Amino acid sequence: MSVAQILQFSYNLGAILVMLMIFLSLVRALKGPTAPDRVAAINIIGTKTVVIITLIARIYEQTYFLDVAMVYALMSFITTVGVAKYLEKGALD
Amino acid sequence: MTDINHWVNLLVDLISLISLIGGLFFLFVGTVGLLRLPDVFTRLHATTKCDTLGAGLVLLSLALQSAPAVGIRLALIVVFIIVTNPTAAHVIARAAYQTGNRPIIGRRSPDD
Repeated sequence: MSVAQILQFSYNLGAILVMLMIFLSLVRALKGPTAPDRVAAINIIGTKTVVIITLIARIYEQTYFLDVAMVYALMSFITTVGVAKYLEKGALD
Repeated sequence: MTDINHWVNLLVDLISLISLIGGLFFLFVGTVGLLRLPDVFTRLHATTKCDTLGAGLVLLSLALQSAPAVGIRLALIVVFIIVTNPTAAHVIARAAYQTGNRPIIGRRSPDD
């Protein structure tokens, strides 16, 4: 078994492990005592989703998934900033 | 000549594998910090740095394995994550502080 085959297997295994970490982060998003806890957990889930999309782009050899990952990172950031502003001021203005 | 290429490819594969394992380790450490630490500020402290480094290492591992055009796009994603992740954490921490959360000083209660 060559190093390249081990690497290919590791990308598959890594995508599964990141998926399990997303479920662990979801525990904090469901349980979190305060609203900022939930926002932080959702932000972390967004970052991990970007990682999982790029791993899937490598596994299936589809390079346009990287554009999807970039747009997902942008939307995740804007969502986080918007919800945090809403928590802080009570309104979006 | 092909012998040198073979060894260079092997070295790049090994660096890529080590970088992938390190990235997954840091992502896991960030998740454990999110679950185990006592209040919002310590959770942000754990997850922001660990997730930024973990995502950067996994995407570096992918960039070493791909063509230059794909590598540039992966580098753009890494730069974007490095810029936005601490900004988001700062905004969340400021919102938490303004709405009345305060950091826990001293020992946490055992039933928390």
